[in-house]
Amino acid sequence: MIDSLLHFVSQNAFWIITIVKIALLLFIVLTVNAYLTWFERKLVAHIQARWGPHRVGPHGLLQPAADGLKFLFKEDPTPAGVDRFVYYLAPFLALALSLTSLAVIPFSPKPLELFGQKIYLWVSNPDIGLLILFSITALSVYGIALAGWASNSKYSLLGGLRSSAQMISYELALTMSVVGVLLMANTFSLQGIIEQQASAKWGVGFLGWNLFAWTRNGLLWPQIIGFICFFTAAIAETNRAPFDLPEAESELVAGFHTEYASFKFAMFFIAEYTAMITVSCLATILFFGGWLSPFPDWSQTHPILNALAIHIPSITLIPFGLWVIYDGIKYETIWGKLVLPVIGFVMFAIGAALIALPAVNNFIQPVFWFTAKVFVFLFFYVWARGTLPRLRYDQLMNVGWKLLLPVSIANVIFTAAVVLLRSKP
Amino acid sequence: MVPLQYYLVLSAILFGLGAVAFVFKRNIITIFMSIELMLNAVNLAFVAFSQAFGKVHGQVFVLFVIVVAAAEAAVGLGIIILIQRNRQSLNVEKVNLLKL
Amino acid sequence: MTPVLLIFFVLAGLAVLGALSLVLQKHPIHSALSLIVVMVCLAGLYLLMGAEFVAAVQIIVYGGAIMVLFIFVIMLLNAGEEERTDFSKIAKFAGLPLALALTASIAAGVAKSGANVAGSGQQVIPGATGQISSMLFKEFVYPFELTSFLILVAIMGALVLAQREKK
Repeated sequence: MIDSLLHFVSQNAFWIITIVKIALLLFIVLTVNAYLTWFERKLVAHIQARWGPHRVGPHGLLQPAADGLKFLFKEDPTPAGVDRFVYYLAPFLALALSLTSLAVIPFSPKPLELFGQKIYLWVSNPDIGLLILFSITALSVYGIALAGWASNSKYSLLGGLRSSAQMISYELALTMSVVGVLLMANTFSLQGIIEQQASAKWGVGFLGWNLFAWTRNGLLWPQIIGFICFFTAAIAETNRAPFDLPEAESELVAGFHTEYASFKFAMFFIAEYTAMITVSCLATILFFGGWLSPFPDWSQTHPILNALAIHIPSITLIPFGLWVIYDGIKYETIWGKLVLPVIGFVMFAIGAALIALPAVNNFIQPVFWFTAKVFVFLFFYVWARGTLPRLRYDQLMNVGWKLLLPVSIANVIFTAAVVLLRSKP
Repeated sequence: MVPLQYYLVLSAILFGLGAVAFVFKRNIITIFMSIELMLNAVNLAFVAFSQAFGKVHGQVFVLFVIVVAAAEAAVGLGIIILIQRNRQSLNVEKVNLLKL
Repeated sequence: MTPVLLIFFVLAGLAVLGALSLVLQKHPIHSALSLIVVMVCLAGLYLLMGAEFVAAVQIIVYGGAIMVLFIFVIMLLNAGEEERTDFSKIAKFAGLPLALALTASIAAGVAKSGANVAGSGQQVIPGATGQISSMLFKEFVYPFELTSFLILVAIMGALVLAQREKK
């Protein structure tokens, strides 16, 4: 019985590993989503000079759990006169498409060697990974358009129409701003794009990123303008502030998701935050070198600096863990005094373990840099929400068509000219 | 390996269903969508032949068909909007006068 | 039944179901959703054949732009369910079987003649973006530029058609 099970597992190892990877990825992404909502509420609150959620757990850390429970237990009404099939399809479609686009994102080049199998840290790595991401982004307009239409309400219809028109306008700018990167990388595969940025000529680390484009063939056209266009278009694609007129509370009640109650609203919510995470991952892969460390390879030349660069995960985790322990000891409630020191100690232990085990540290390096850069972009997203005022709809469409699209096309022309002049005949 | 005939039979079935929808439906927009279905069926046949012959010309032609279909959809839907404005109805049987 | 054949039958069955749903549904938005299902299934079939670039373009252009346009127009014009006007008897009892007979005869003819279409054998499938782009920019560069001109003409036409009347 065990033998036949083991035989089955070893025959179909690829499928079982893929299913486990998908389950793990979904679990991690949903947890990151939940704590991203906590982070956003805390950060926007501090920008607006108030506390965010700080009662539900130590520092409000259990607020996402409370929100999740609320979404599960709230009443789920269906308005009269809706088109039932489309009404139930729309949030499901939005969520499914958002989560699917995470399948092509690579997190690290080094495989994990377990039980004789090499397990790579991605669900799939197709040759046209970037095109697949764009096709899923193109399809995600449907979730919003159908939600707006199916709700049998004029606010929802207007919000849905405005939102989908905004999304298809900025899709063009999004795609054109990436073409510069594609011209330099010569491949659609996301792993290939990151590897093209691993510049080794003068040992420069972060200058090889597509942002600065100082590759081993010389200085190509830096993609700074492309990055700015991409990120602006991405904020508009995901319907986030300052482009969130379709879901603005003071304008259209809640836009296309007015008539969606507890769990269906949660599905739209998760879809929006997952789209944010996907776009941040894409921005790091395309413009900021993905999993590459910003420090060049100093292992031969400067061993002390190299030791410092390699141990940056520990150098950040250990003091942060100690600070969390200190904060926990001083915290007011009992729960804070118990839980926070434990969390701090776990962080400290992980940081110390990374110094003690160089093999694990080597494996964690790309994952750490990738995650750190994604969090920087998520910080920018939330910062933009807290700081910038909302754009009016006609201003929004003007920016999309008359500013971003010509600028990204100009970026493509300049990149193409420089790549052509630098290419060896 | 899937034999070529399977793809061609599927393409024929889709084309036939598109033709049936084109003839029997009353709503202009549904008729237009059946035209897109027929174009898709033809695209499938092109790509199937490109795979069978090992050449890439079929796929290049599919790209052209997709582009032309996009242009046709844009202009056709503009015309449909005008018809709705003038006749207040999307029933194709009401569009039977040469004079407006 | 190899896995490839199984995937083919699943995708083909879904595509045929989508097309049937397009014909049989009363509300145009349900027909539009069925057409989107057909297009995604066809993109899956293109991927199965190795034509990855065409599959991606199909989803991005057809599924992500053209069908969005259809859905916008259906939403804007508030298209309702179809009114059931009377078919003529000839249409219902003779037209439908004739259309199905036409489809069946085409399908039968194609299925029988498959053995003659040998081609150069079904070996490594070309579908890589590099090959398509080199073909587009070398052999087919003139039609390529003409299609860009065609899109420009279509944009201008659509703009002129959809203008509000100037009082």
